[in-house]
Amino acid sequence: MNYLNLLKVAIKAIASNKFRSFLSMLGIIIGVAAVIIMMAIGQGSKESVRQNISQMGTNLLMVRPGADMRGGVRQDPSAMQTLKQEDYDAIVQNKKYVTYVSPEVSAGGQVIYGANNTTTTVYGESIEYFDIKQWDVELGDSFSDEDIRKAAKVCVVGKTIIDELMPNVSEPIGKTIRFKSIPLRIVGVLKSKGFNSWGMDQDNVIIAPYTTVMKRILAQTYFSGINCSSITEELTDNAIDELTDILRQRHKIKDGEEDDFTIRSQQEIMETMSSTMDSITIILVVAAAFSLIVAGIGIMNIMLVSVTERTKEIGLRMSVGARGIDISSQFLIESIMISVTGGVLGILLGWLGTVLCANFGLPVSIPLWSIFLSFAVCTLIGILFGFFPAKKAATMDPIEAIRYE
Amino acid sequence: MEEKKVVIELDNVRRDFKVGEETVHALRGVTFKIYEGEFVTIMGSSGSGKSTLLNQLGCLDTPTSGEYYLDGIPVRKMKKNERALLRNRKIGFVFQNYNLLPKTTAVENVELPLMYNSRYSARERKEAAIEALKAVGLGDRLYHKSNQMSGGQMQRVAIARALVNNPTIILADEATGNLDTRTSYEMLVLFQKLFKEGRTIIFVTHNPEIARYSSRNITLRDGKIREDVINTDIQSAAEALAALPVNQDD
Repeated sequence: MNYLNLLKVAIKAIASNKFRSFLSMLGIIIGVAAVIIMMAIGQGSKESVRQNISQMGTNLLMVRPGADMRGGVRQDPSAMQTLKQEDYDAIVQNKKYVTYVSPEVSAGGQVIYGANNTTTTVYGESIEYFDIKQWDVELGDSFSDEDIRKAAKVCVVGKTIIDELMPNVSEPIGKTIRFKSIPLRIVGVLKSKGFNSWGMDQDNVIIAPYTTVMKRILAQTYFSGINCSSITEELTDNAIDELTDILRQRHKIKDGEEDDFTIRSQQEIMETMSSTMDSITIILVVAAAFSLIVAGIGIMNIMLVSVTERTKEIGLRMSVGARGIDISSQFLIESIMISVTGGVLGILLGWLGTVLCANFGLPVSIPLWSIFLSFAVCTLIGILFGFFPAKKAATMDPIEAIRYE
Repeated sequence: MEEKKVVIELDNVRRDFKVGEETVHALRGVTFKIYEGEFVTIMGSSGSGKSTLLNQLGCLDTPTSGEYYLDGIPVRKMKKNERALLRNRKIGFVFQNYNLLPKTTAVENVELPLMYNSRYSARERKEAAIEALKAVGLGDRLYHKSNQMSGGQMQRVAIARALVNNPTIILADEATGNLDTRTSYEMLVLFQKLFKEGRTIIFVTHNPEIARYSSRNITLRDGKIREDVINTDIQSAAEALAALPVNQDD
């Protein structure tokens, strides 16, 4: 029998048992929809995390103290005092693959203006910080080299600070706020960045010259880190090598000894996050895939019923000349049709579910390949779970089958 | 008779079945020839080996020993698929309970054997089916579904299905067994018509009356041929039908 006829026979068989066929499709529909939605959420979150990380800066390289062992005890990196002004100067003087450099120190605490107060973090940075972060000063200006040299009591503030402290002030530039009793004059207001994907308000910051924060607020001589930008994304590895060389030389670390700092690149963070998201996605998809296997068993069950029910028809077909392969392909095509139709409906349902998720604010994006994959998996399920019933039908004895009541 | 072509030849056919420890000899050496154009009834009570013989003749089963030649082709050592092909090309089955596909039109039912014959295009299939249905007098019911037809009509569709592949033999298994007397005679009229057209018909039945309308009768008992007689006085089923009381059915 040719495939067109087999297809017609299968459609007829399914159509004559609409409700039953639909019920056995339901498993596939739900399974496929679940896989599609899970993949869409996985992909969507991955993309949103990526976007967030790329907001952290351009080709960002973060140098942090750490990896120091003293007598076999690994030290807390934040307690390390190894990154100093001299390191920063050495990087600035010797950089080839690195464009912008900004040391970083930070202090958290209360900031006051008039009768208002709020809790925030003051970051001490160099001017190049704004280039690294690609953060524009919307109002006023950033501080100057002069301010850094003099450890001037000036700052650039995020939008939230203005909203919290001076809701009724029309001209914040020139106003002085107090952070831990240190007065800081506002010279600029940063463009709003909004919340990041971890729910942190990125505008709740005060940026001041690093010298000011180090000397006047914290009274310390070391940095909590140094942020850099590599020239291009491709040169990230060269930039890391360069920074490593400079710092090892500065810290007089012998060959074979461990670095007393760590350098993490934005790409690396992105990859780590991606792989985390990937493994979560895989777990979700595997769970959904199990439901597809259960659905396949459902199809097998219904096909076995169908084969038994149509024993007489099988006997008749055999007696008029159907070979085993004709019979088995007839039932195989039927089960493939059930699972593929279920798959198509499942893709539609998954798409609808994804749209719904998007409405609830979940980041979603259906990867195109997940649709092809679902389709392929459904066909495979149809073949796999249709095989046994089809074989059972094909190996029937025509003499017994035709007399079956 | 001598110059006629042999379509069926059984040479000492035996068929044993193992039932547990015991061996049941369903056929104990059956030998006969059937010539082209014969209308043979095969009679026998239940247990006579009639059904086993029918399965042999229909290539649904193979002999334990001996040989069966269908149209000159030895069947015993054939594989399943080869026998399926042989059934498709050379045999037309008519069953007691019609065995039509449910919810399917007469034409589609009759087309069925040709579905398994790749030489037929869809159009040729349909043409052949319509022709066969016209030959059994159902030219006006081509697209009736099987559940909208009477028993007699269903059996006519089944006969059309047996004719559609232009088989070497038509094999009927109690083809009138489920029908009332009048419809049974109608079927016999149809079989006699096919016989007159030169078709070879083998009609397996336990009803001795039917032997009066065939050209030859083979009686089986205990797996052996007890009697094989040529009927020189073939009764007309059409006359018998006319002689039936009219009020028997409405």
